[in-house]
Amino acid sequence: MRHDFLDSHSRLDSPVHRLPAGIKLASALLFVFLLVLAPLPACVPIAAVLVVVALLSRLPASFLVKRLLLLEPFVLGVAVLTLFQPHGIEVFAAIVARSTLCLFTMLLLSSTTPFAELLCVLKRMRVPALLVTTLALMYRYLFVLMDEGERMQRARACRTFERRRWHGWKALGTVAGQLFVRSTERAERIYAAMLARGWK
Amino acid sequence: MHIPDGFLDAKTAVTTGVLATAGVGWSLRQARQKLPARRVPLLGLAAAFIFAAQMLNFPVAGGTSGHLIGGVLAAVLVGPGAAVVVLTSVLILQCFLFNDGGVTALGANIFNMALVAPLAGYTIYRSVHRLTTGLRGMVLAAAFACWGATVLAAVCCAGQLALSGTVPWGKVFPAMTGVHMLIGIGEGAITALVLAAVARTRSELIEEGAPATLRKSYREVLVYGLLLSLGLALFVAPFACGWPDGLEKVAGALGFEHRAAEKAIIPAPLPDYGIPGVRSAPWVTAVVGATGTMVAFGVAWLLARALTPKEER
Repeated sequence: MRHDFLDSHSRLDSPVHRLPAGIKLASALLFVFLLVLAPLPACVPIAAVLVVVALLSRLPASFLVKRLLLLEPFVLGVAVLTLFQPHGIEVFAAIVARSTLCLFTMLLLSSTTPFAELLCVLKRMRVPALLVTTLALMYRYLFVLMDEGERMQRARACRTFERRRWHGWKALGTVAGQLFVRSTERAERIYAAMLARGWK
Repeated sequence: MHIPDGFLDAKTAVTTGVLATAGVGWSLRQARQKLPARRVPLLGLAAAFIFAAQMLNFPVAGGTSGHLIGGVLAAVLVGPGAAVVVLTSVLILQCFLFNDGGVTALGANIFNMALVAPLAGYTIYRSVHRLTTGLRGMVLAAAFACWGATVLAAVCCAGQLALSGTVPWGKVFPAMTGVHMLIGIGEGAITALVLAAVARTRSELIEEGAPATLRKSYREVLVYGLLLSLGLALFVAPFACGWPDGLEKVAGALGFEHRAAEKAIIPAPLPDYGIPGVRSAPWVTAVVGATGTMVAFGVAWLLARALTPKEER
């Protein structure tokens, strides 16, 4: 399994990738707030800036389009509800345009900045240490656990043959439950390792 | 249920942001004081587990598949206070890494899915669990609590969308609640399956999570209860009854209203929410709600029967 499927392009090299993470985070947040609050015509120059950033970052266009299309159903799913009112079409179009631009901004941020650097910025911004530790551990072990889950599911698929859906669900539930048991055991080992290295 | 950017207006985004920060800040404070140091890595691992478990797709009829949200599951496995931290981490990672859920809506998403779902879900879980015994009671309580928590979070989400003026309440409430009444059944089933599996192998893990928080501390119950009722009062009450909209007043006083009005690109949907033919809606909603609750409880009960071996009943 590819372990970097979440932020696969964040470690490339380009002028945008080399910018400090703090500046990228701040400008992405600024852009999103502008996009949400500004009148719609004002969004056009912001969109132009975003396209320039995307070109500078040398991210493959196919990756950006694919990712946007993957996430668009989530936007459309909520936006459909706006159609049922007077001027529904206009509201729908405005909201979808805004949301997609915001999505594009955050997509650029997450695919030009490694998550660890974002965490450093959060730490400097005095986000409580416990939350940052949780996020860091989560990101570190996410791929390990997903790998483990996938291995267990493959093992189950090799050993059980069952046409009835209920049994499939039950087996999947067992896989997930076992995954939790294994992650608590792993957490205990990690704690011992942290203590051994002088963590307080 | 992840709200993307652009669906909430300034006043709703700010209010949900404040409520979410207060709730998460409080649970972080509680965790720092009470959580034993050896359970700190468990928070990160539990968050990674919830994220990984969301990737396991359960096949539902006709090629579609459902997956876990995990609010009640986390609350039962690591305790409600820690679950708030765990789910907040999951939502932050989804927002910044996977771009699921907006940044301006992060407060609202945290409020709905990391505060309302685990805390309200855990309250339902404990009260149902008190009436029943054994593994079967646990599974029944968890499955029903999952359904209740999912629906309640959806109601909050609908309230926030309607309050922002993006979608009329008369449309968004039935749509969100209806869909999540179905999703809640799936969520309850998956949670029950996972909990039954954990209970079969390491039952002490579930007991260990429960007494860590919220059981004996009345102050904690009070703070969380106050936060949730404040949220419900702000987001749902303006539509559910004839009370004056407190938030509108606050927004007017703080000057948000002016800014919201400037943004004329989104016209006010049905000025006073007077939708023709909705006069009887409260009755219908109440009846549908009650029926839905009964059905969900029945499904949870059947599930608990199916999942527990005979000798443990």
